[in-house]
Amino acid sequence: MGLENEYGISSKLNTDPITLSNRIVFAYAKHVYPDSNIRWDYDVENPLRDARGFDMTRADADPTQLTDEGQAIPNLVLPNGARFYVDHAHPEYSAPEVLNPIDITKWDLAGEQIMRVAVAIDAQEFPEDKIRVFKNNVDNKGSSYGTHENYQMSRTTQFSKIVAGLTPHFITRQIYCGAGRIGIGQKSEEVGYQISQRADYIEAHVGLETTMKRPIINTRDEPHADPKISRRLHIIIGDANMSDFANILKVGSTSLVISMIEDGFVDFEEVDLLNPVGVVKEVSHDLDIKNTYLTNGGKKYSAIDVQEWYLEKTKLYLDQQGYDDNSHQVIDFWEQAITGLKNNKEDLADRIDWIAKLVLVNRYQEKDNLTLNDDVIKSLDFKYSEITSDDGIAQVLRRKKFLKSYLDATEVEKAISEPPVDTRAWFRGKSIAKFSKSVAAASWDSLILDIDKNQPLFSISTTDPLKGTKSLTGEIISQSDTALDLVNSIRENPSVN
Amino acid sequence: MEQILGTSSGNLNSPEDVDVTFTKPNLKNIDSVLDEIDAVLEKNAEEFVKGFIQKGGQ
Repeated sequence: MGLENEYGISSKLNTDPITLSNRIVFAYAKHVYPDSNIRWDYDVENPLRDARGFDMTRADADPTQLTDEGQAIPNLVLPNGARFYVDHAHPEYSAPEVLNPIDITKWDLAGEQIMRVAVAIDAQEFPEDKIRVFKNNVDNKGSSYGTHENYQMSRTTQFSKIVAGLTPHFITRQIYCGAGRIGIGQKSEEVGYQISQRADYIEAHVGLETTMKRPIINTRDEPHADPKISRRLHIIIGDANMSDFANILKVGSTSLVISMIEDGFVDFEEVDLLNPVGVVKEVSHDLDIKNTYLTNGGKKYSAIDVQEWYLEKTKLYLDQQGYDDNSHQVIDFWEQAITGLKNNKEDLADRIDWIAKLVLVNRYQEKDNLTLNDDVIKSLDFKYSEITSDDGIAQVLRRKKFLKSYLDATEVEKAISEPPVDTRAWFRGKSIAKFSKSVAAASWDSLILDIDKNQPLFSISTTDPLKGTKSLTGEIISQSDTALDLVNSIRENPSVN
Repeated sequence: MEQILGTSSGNLNSPEDVDVTFTKPNLKNIDSVLDEIDAVLEKNAEEFVKGFIQKGGQ
């Protein structure tokens, strides 16, 4: 699994966001690879392939869908296995592949630190135009940018089953993983506070697009793995979280639901809510979480009812499959969330972003006699997710332990430069760190080495996300003094990748 | 990869590491945070809010 964040970006002189995004990616490139020029290998990417089994022709596609064009866009593969580049008009950090929701959160937090470092380096060159970066998803003026989750799934699972099993989850999980937003409607046409940043931008149930007519279930199908065996489920409905609890629970609950779908453990018809595109917005706008929604079978459920249903089914599933440390943690968080939301949601202000933000917004309104329409209150929304200086509000809350941290700060610090040990991200990150001058290009499923100017490029395929781990390739990399040694060792041991 | 959730290198602070005194945020706690937040709030909120304009992404 993996998590991508497109960050909001601005600067003192209001320079355009594309220029700013380019600046910080280049700044970080100079920092990690002072002597190299590693570019992303786009040959293996196909953003127009659809999980439902058909291709969109390039002529039919909106230009914003063609993310594989434009080699001039700065595009980095980092020593921690992540990708750091400019996507549309945003700096994007795509965390390395990991196996569990704790690691998702660890490398996501490392991404925040990387943004901070990049901005600090840029500030040396452009002191008069200091850049600010925000981990959010809306500008409240009509633009939205994504936080995408990726889950590897078996190709044999029918797509219709994925849609049936995940739709009710995706439209209701926001009650614990929403990031909170001031403004109702895509351009904040109405005054108000809502649970989710993304809900008002969701316009379709199932679809390929990600920049318009955004769907609850995205069908983009670039597996970044063997397409005969795997599919990558690309989820675009989620918000960017500052809270570790919300991040862990968002990804942890979803991955468990996906496992139940793959195993055919449960029939999701019971919670088949009608009109999901409408309900996702209604849930987001209902701060008391009291509304009920009609199912196809004629029952009425609240968002809490639906999440409680998922929690109970997941517990039955784990009773049968067996628990491990991660699933224990996720179930514990899930229970905390449901209990808190049922009893007194403010109890969760130290764990759930939208509640933390709401408590602050309410307190400031009382204190200074302001309304949601006042700029000071509106500024809280953006300021909550600012990450590039020490004075983002969520950062203040983390420091004061008002927003709980569940990950060890030294571990996060290590994750800036260290890849996860248990996926192919290890091989990618470690090879790039050691042989950066010989790496011509890299992607999720390949590493291309330029060993000798007179020889063709050598491509190492990494199509299996579970290979290329520390245990399989750690010794090979440490014993290789040159990129040629690495290539020779891989030729002798092709099964490690 | 969900079935391998458990073969993790995941490293979570044990509950003892987490300061439990903040489990139930009360007004006193919030107010202590407000002091710090006052200090970091935008000096010119109007300009900041109007100036935060992004282009659409995915």
